[in-house]
Amino acid sequence: MAKSPTFDRYDTVVIGAGMSGLAAGIRLAQAGGRVAVLERHSLWGGLNSFYKKSGRRWDVGLHALTNFVPKGQRGHPLSKVLRQLRVPYDALQLGEQKGSRTVFPDAQLRFSNDFELLRSQVHEAFPAQASGFDALAAAVAATPIGTGDDQASARAYIAAFVDDALLIDLLLHPLLWYGSPTPMDMDHAGFVVLWKSVYEEGFARPAGGMRPLLDVLRARLADEGGELRTNCGVAAIVHGSHGVTGVQLEDGSELETQRVLSSAGWVETMALSGTSSAAIEDEAGRISFVECCAKLDTKPSDLGHDDTIVFYNLTPTTIYDAPANGHLELRSGVLCCPDNYANQLPDPEGTARITVLASPRHWNGFDDAAYATAKQEAFDGAFQAVQSFAPNFLPHVTVRDAFTPRTITHFTGKRNGAVYGAPKKRPDGATPIDGLHLIGTDQGLLGIVGAMMSGIQVANHHVLAPTTS
Amino acid sequence: MTHEETVLAVKDIIATIAPDEELDGLNLDDPLRDQIELDSMDFLDIVMELRKRYGVQVPEDDYKELNTLQGCANYLSPLLEGKELKLGV
Repeated sequence: MAKSPTFDRYDTVVIGAGMSGLAAGIRLAQAGGRVAVLERHSLWGGLNSFYKKSGRRWDVGLHALTNFVPKGQRGHPLSKVLRQLRVPYDALQLGEQKGSRTVFPDAQLRFSNDFELLRSQVHEAFPAQASGFDALAAAVAATPIGTGDDQASARAYIAAFVDDALLIDLLLHPLLWYGSPTPMDMDHAGFVVLWKSVYEEGFARPAGGMRPLLDVLRARLADEGGELRTNCGVAAIVHGSHGVTGVQLEDGSELETQRVLSSAGWVETMALSGTSSAAIEDEAGRISFVECCAKLDTKPSDLGHDDTIVFYNLTPTTIYDAPANGHLELRSGVLCCPDNYANQLPDPEGTARITVLASPRHWNGFDDAAYATAKQEAFDGAFQAVQSFAPNFLPHVTVRDAFTPRTITHFTGKRNGAVYGAPKKRPDGATPIDGLHLIGTDQGLLGIVGAMMSGIQVANHHVLAPTTS
Repeated sequence: MTHEETVLAVKDIIATIAPDEELDGLNLDDPLRDQIELDSMDFLDIVMELRKRYGVQVPEDDYKELNTLQGCANYLSPLLEGKELKLGV
């Protein structure tokens, strides 16, 4: 893999080497354009990255690669993304989930990569809702991605088919956790995307986690002649009356380009282009998380825990919002055990990770000592909270780490550490500035596959479409 | 490039853009779309590769000519005349 030469003029500059930026960069480079993907940090991957600490490799964000379909299944987001990026299916070495569940105090639903399991679980636990659920499933199956209504409430949509409040919460809870930028609800368009990717398709994990997948993408970008520049933060997007003219880097130098694809986020991109306003700043999302990661001296399955992911809620109705009065909300969360995917690389240790809701405002206000204490509390609190439905992992923890809204903002630039971005999505990637387009979270596709699809779609639409080439 | 080489050139481009497809059994006369999974975006990629590898521009109105391998050969052979086959680029 030859190192690409460095220029100061590009056909397209991509801001952010997350999944969407890498995918967009590959598409643009395939088309023969000179493209640079700029990443502020030393590592690439964005919200789905990796790091080393205490001699171990840790993933950021990855619970699952959603949208799993077996090799050879056509017309699905995963197959389309792989085709467009020219990545062979087997390069991902995907291992399927063993099975997951949603747990509330009075009911639970198991689901897997076979939709029939979810259907039978609903039919068994909510017989009166069986036909309503089937009608809901059929209606979502018949709604193509991109045709959902981004003004309509998912909760109201489900309620038109299913009138049991607990079942509505059970069905919605994992989807909120997997991608809603909106408290307690999500829009119908996002719901359709997530229902398909989580329930109809399902979860898998690349053997070895994010790193091998990111290596594949980086190699594809280099093979096509695209350039990945790490430690290369963008200070400003420069534009004039005819649109974008370049980007100014944090080191003071400038790259000339007439086209920028930005994965920085809507609010963040407007700030970089000097066109933000109080109204735009108000659009920033507020849902953020603390993620508590543990290495264990045993495998979770040896403790009797075979679930891949548990989406839990310890109160009778869904909690999904930044806590108003404290820094943490421990009564709602996600427990993920990556060892409970098939085909994982041999590793004597086990891993468990718990994600809980956090208030960015509180976390940003802590001094160093309070911050360290709060991380500790979050970790202990989260691992205690899951004990009503999972083993006590705490005696088995050998190494621990936690990341917070502050960490997320530091490494991704996302305002408020809002992993799922701003509630209002921009599916066409448009901005008021000619030549500046959004990709990634705020364009509206979610998850690892969705993010790659986002970069591909915007690159294709604005850059590769035959009428503009 | 001969007629046969033109078919090889197109098949090699398809192998590049669709690494998971089995191409040995492709016949000349049935629409490519019916034999393997190719959507309109994939056709755009074929056109893009023709431009990159051989400098051939296919106008959008002519995409329909690329419907079958035989159609590709008929349409592209004159455009590829005198050019050398590039495989596995």
